[in-house]
Amino acid sequence: MIPLSGEEIAPRFDLATEVRVVQLDISGKAPLVLDDKVVVLPQASAEVLCRLVLSEAVNSVICAGIDEEYYQFLTWKKVRVLDDVVGPADSALAALLAGTLSAGDNLYPQPG
Amino acid sequence: MFEELICRMSGGPMDELPLSALLDEAPVALALLDLGGRVVLVNRAYEALTGADRSGLAGLGCMHALRCDFCAKGCPVPEGRRAFSPVSHNGDIIARDRQRIPVRMTVALVPAADGAEAFFLETVQDMREVSELTRSGQAYSVKGFIGDSPKMRRVLDMIQSVAQTNSSVLITGETGTGKDLLAEAIHKASDRANGPFVKVNCGALPDTLLESELFGHLKGAFTGADRNKPGRFRMAHGGSLFLTEIGDLSLALQVKLLSFLDDRVVYPLGGNTGQEVDVRIIAATHRDLEAMAREGRFRRDLLFRLNVVRVHLPPLRERDRDVQLLRKHFLKVFCERFNKTVKGFSEEAARVLDHYPFPGNVRELRNIVEYAVNFCQTEGIRLEDLPEYILDQGPAPAEVQGPFDAAGRLPERSAAGSPGRGRETWAEAERRMIVEALMRSKGRKGRAAELLGWGRSTLWRKIRRHGIEG
Repeated sequence: MIPLSGEEIAPRFDLATEVRVVQLDISGKAPLVLDDKVVVLPQASAEVLCRLVLSEAVNSVICAGIDEEYYQFLTWKKVRVLDDVVGPADSALAALLAGTLSAGDNLYPQPG
Repeated sequence: MFEELICRMSGGPMDELPLSALLDEAPVALALLDLGGRVVLVNRAYEALTGADRSGLAGLGCMHALRCDFCAKGCPVPEGRRAFSPVSHNGDIIARDRQRIPVRMTVALVPAADGAEAFFLETVQDMREVSELTRSGQAYSVKGFIGDSPKMRRVLDMIQSVAQTNSSVLITGETGTGKDLLAEAIHKASDRANGPFVKVNCGALPDTLLESELFGHLKGAFTGADRNKPGRFRMAHGGSLFLTEIGDLSLALQVKLLSFLDDRVVYPLGGNTGQEVDVRIIAATHRDLEAMAREGRFRRDLLFRLNVVRVHLPPLRERDRDVQLLRKHFLKVFCERFNKTVKGFSEEAARVLDHYPFPGNVRELRNIVEYAVNFCQTEGIRLEDLPEYILDQGPAPAEVQGPFDAAGRLPERSAAGSPGRGRETWAEAERRMIVEALMRSKGRKGRAAELLGWGRSTLWRKIRRHGIEG
């Protein structure tokens, strides 16, 4: 799951009004995208997002700023949270599929 | 591109006017943004507030750099407005350590000298202290301390004079006496009040991480060091660095700290060039550093340097009537927080609290009142609303013979309202309270949180802490 602000990762988990939920099949050699949808939320709310994470059985969240409380809650629920990631959502997904994504990554093209 | 912009803003080449160094001296977090809302420059206070390194911020959209709620609530920068009067907003940011920090931010559009190029200036004030005062109603207390006992008065009287010096301060006192609060009070009363107050818990990190955290590192200094890190000393430049649990500092790092106290220069890991830093050191510990020095576990020369000014916080049991003042204060705080209308303590409950020794000091009293306010279903906190472990004390004073048995202990049945509860610790009581609420709500956490008067996430956190299966 990636909280969105336009095409980019939303600066804050609790202020995102859209999320991208991607379902992957990782049983083969290369991960396969089974479903890729954007869910529009009635209002920005970290609690609503947490509920969505659980109801959609999400196992990884890629986000930028997230409150410690929600980070701890999600990790407690065995959800992998890669936070402090900035950049386009597509780049984040690509890096995740390539196995190169880590917390704190800046995915915008870097000068030089 | 950014260098050009800075040159235009400053009216000359960067080396003629070191804008970055100039902004670093400002005691408030500042960011210069280009007209696209991208970060051109931030100052040291900005780094300290957000926890982000400036090298990673340059060119980043302001909303990604600061993560302020204002970005989504009408800030003119992302809206692309090019003409507006300075706007202020009280909101919050999420720092890199995932802490939510209340801030007051102001955004202004600043025309450049030649009128051709403009930029945004973003000013971000840390409002944690103001917010805490407002929430807890501490405005009537002295520097956040509540106390009227002679020992506390002496400490409070010292704050102002200690604050006015630049000497290192060593705060000693048992756990829960308010060492952190005192350190912050000294900082806020000093000339450095507008500078950063940076806290480091020396006992919370392994040695290697702590060294990098304190002194910073250069890119490539060790595996995983993929960018320069300024370190807490540099972040605290112009302010105070609070080293709590200093007694847990390893001997190797004690040497490095000693070296800093001698020449005021920090050497980041992997670097040969030092950087002069203007930081006041405030250290705190609950340990007996003199004894540790005798045993060779703490460097005596470091102790001498830290011990320039020593402030000892008395334990609560030596603070006479402060227990009553604090009790009333915390009652007010938690009634507001949990939306309860508890008016006071019953005579019996007050008497038990007055004679309890509070080994955990003010923190323990605070927890006890929080527990009691949670449990209390009437207008006054009764004996049975108090955690049972505090009733399991030695002989009670004569005037409290009434509810106690011949052995001077409160019979189990007197801690009523909870038949069969037995003696339990605070943690056990809280766990039981949560389980009972979950049972009553048939496992619905939202309802259980309501019953307990907590937020859902508070309940989640506590459920996790107690290892209750979710």
